[in-house]
Amino acid sequence: MLYREAGQFKSTYAQDQQIFPILQDRVAIAILLAVAFLLVPAFGNQYWLGAILTPFLIFSLAALGLNILTGYAGQLSLGTAAFMAVGAFMTYNFVLRIPGIPILAAFVLAGLCAAAVGIVFGLPSVRIKGFYLAVATLAAQFFVLWVLQRVGWFSNYSTSGVITAQEIAILGYRFDTPAKKYLLTLAVVAAMALLAKNLMRSETGRAFMAVRDMDVAASVVGIPMMKTKLLAFAISSFYAGVAGALHAFTYLGTVEPEAYSLDLSFRILFMVIIGGVGSILGSFLGAGFIILFPIFLNLASGWVSGLFGVEISFAVVSNLEVIIFGGLIIFFLIAEPHGLARLWQIAKEKLRLWPFPH
Amino acid sequence: MKRIPLVVTLGLVAAAGYSAGAWAQAKEQFVPVNSYWVGPYAAGGSGIAGAMIDYFKLLNARDGGINGVKVTWEKCETEYRNDRGVECYERSKKKGPTGATLIHPLSTGITYSLIDKGTADKIPIVSIGYGRTDAADGRVFPYVFPMITTYWSQNTAKIKFIGAREGGMDKLKGKKIVNLYHDSAYGKETIPVLDAQAKIYGFQVTHIAVPHPGNEQQAQWLQVRQIKPDWVILRGWGVMNPTALKAAAKVGFPRTKIMGVWWSGAEEDVIPAGDAAKGYIAAGFNAPGSNFPVLKEIQKYVYAKGQGELEDKSRIGTIYYNRGVLWGILTTEAVRTAQGRFGKGQPMTGEQVRWGLENLNIDEKRLKELGAVGFMQPLKLSCADHEGGGQVKFQQWDGRQWKVISDWVPSDQKLVRPMIEASAAQYAKEKGITPRDCSKEK
Repeated sequence: MLYREAGQFKSTYAQDQQIFPILQDRVAIAILLAVAFLLVPAFGNQYWLGAILTPFLIFSLAALGLNILTGYAGQLSLGTAAFMAVGAFMTYNFVLRIPGIPILAAFVLAGLCAAAVGIVFGLPSVRIKGFYLAVATLAAQFFVLWVLQRVGWFSNYSTSGVITAQEIAILGYRFDTPAKKYLLTLAVVAAMALLAKNLMRSETGRAFMAVRDMDVAASVVGIPMMKTKLLAFAISSFYAGVAGALHAFTYLGTVEPEAYSLDLSFRILFMVIIGGVGSILGSFLGAGFIILFPIFLNLASGWVSGLFGVEISFAVVSNLEVIIFGGLIIFFLIAEPHGLARLWQIAKEKLRLWPFPH
Repeated sequence: MKRIPLVVTLGLVAAAGYSAGAWAQAKEQFVPVNSYWVGPYAAGGSGIAGAMIDYFKLLNARDGGINGVKVTWEKCETEYRNDRGVECYERSKKKGPTGATLIHPLSTGITYSLIDKGTADKIPIVSIGYGRTDAADGRVFPYVFPMITTYWSQNTAKIKFIGAREGGMDKLKGKKIVNLYHDSAYGKETIPVLDAQAKIYGFQVTHIAVPHPGNEQQAQWLQVRQIKPDWVILRGWGVMNPTALKAAAKVGFPRTKIMGVWWSGAEEDVIPAGDAAKGYIAAGFNAPGSNFPVLKEIQKYVYAKGQGELEDKSRIGTIYYNRGVLWGILTTEAVRTAQGRFGKGQPMTGEQVRWGLENLNIDEKRLKELGAVGFMQPLKLSCADHEGGGQVKFQQWDGRQWKVISDWVPSDQKLVRPMIEASAAQYAKEKGITPRDCSKEK
């Protein structure tokens, strides 16, 4: 009833090509952004802003980066965490070694460094595909961490190889509270998500999808294979690099290279798979599921034992969480192999017909 | 109807975030217990956290808390992951009438992530026997307490012990020592100290990295065999330890010449290695065994009533359990010290507990009152020195249990302290921190 586009006519090409062609979607996204930018920082407490929403946004950005590569361009990668590490460590070094560099410029430069690393490790994709490529990208994961741990320059010769993010200031305005850091993260993530959404609707995005769907056909119609694949690696690594920089600067503050282990790469891949392969929205939903759901389970177990007054051993509770979480992943993948984004799409279709389904 | 559970779920999540403030103003001292009960390091996490809670229960049951202030706590699962650790910290920091007393992050990685946050929130980050070594310089790190012994101090004590075994520090000249380390921030921490000591005493040191998690060490031990070192220092964690002992047995390296860090010296580290672990020496900052008055009291007041935290009572007296009791003692003694200045019988804030930690002075007399003589070392902290003790005991595995084989071996602070100060000064410079003037602290 509410969600119906009847009567919305498009009389120009611009109207036809906008990101959200339906009025209700535009209103919804405007409300969402207003809530995220205005209401949340005003009413959210430190716990919500610093421990829940900021990491959620950062991992959404990392998942978005991987989704560009895996979901849109069809190149499987297991090196996302390594590209995040490049972003984190290079931002630290740019701020340390170039006095007075604006922090956003450092983020961009670090992202470009990550992109360069991504191109190097994306080179095998020109020759190999699928699972074999995933194994080849593992090299990035191990090599990058190895270099960051072995070459003292990257951590400014810290004995333990740990870096501490410097203070964030833009034009003299210091981002020192969780609310301000959240806003900075949100602004960066929102801008980059918009960019990604538009990029995927452009010629580049269509070239990515053509390569994903059938690379032989794509090259026959004149899409340069090498350039497209490497560009996908570069853009994806850029996103991961900026996510890593945010991870170090607006979230954790002090990071060790081990924080960007293979385990993290897998978690980001799971975000993409659960959220929805080849969907911008899916990256956010997947990150939400993987990051927030275990925390919810952890809190819920406390309420359940409080509600029923049963004292369950904490070790059992902790293990149960992992079991339930694993079970839910299987359930979602069986119920909807295309991820949470597809579930959302189905819900939207149903809403259009409601209350008179035919 | 399908959408209702989602709405309920969202409501519950929102309620969770805001329930933090809804605590009664009671005479309670809230201590978050953030640890790990799942994953590869669960043996350490569950033992330490359980023992700490047992000690709190003892205080509440026997003395009615700390001068009448009951100790309360809440457990939170970190899975040994930094992001979960930060989430637990944020969740627990405002609970209780005065917020979190202090935080034991129980992981070097989480400690790093919390340094900035704890300093901003005025909650002490206490990392006993792990964490960031240069944080021992309290002028730069006012809210970080790597108490008892840092890795660097411990390492100098190890070299002293090796020197004593070899018959004098001058006998170390020309000796070969291999540093077999877990390839992480934790493992790499002692490399500069060892290098500095190698120069002073004239021994040769080779650093060999073992990649995480360390269950494959054949190549490393072949290298050890080629070097034929006089001693091997093992800086392992978790599964790396029994693997190293087994691999040493395979290449025939005597276990009596392997010296482990204290995260390599628990029952859980040697029992899986079986006979291969016999004779292995490890450092420790708490004594093993259940023959201490404080542990007997816990048995009497907590376990006899069936309120113990651990299902397996035989874990009482193991290394991890005793370490947890030690953490409990330090936590509550810091609160007690703070109460001495800011008001007896009142719950203390994080800022007040920081004062308590800096003025903590546990001498032999106090140890006797606590029933912990020989269980831990006397400890005295100050504004500049957030480490305190700096002494290490050595223990040897006889195939069935750990036997203490040394008295408290003091560390070489003349060597370590300048290195700590230099490293802390570099941190201060990078972060733009002006170190505190300790003579002005009251």
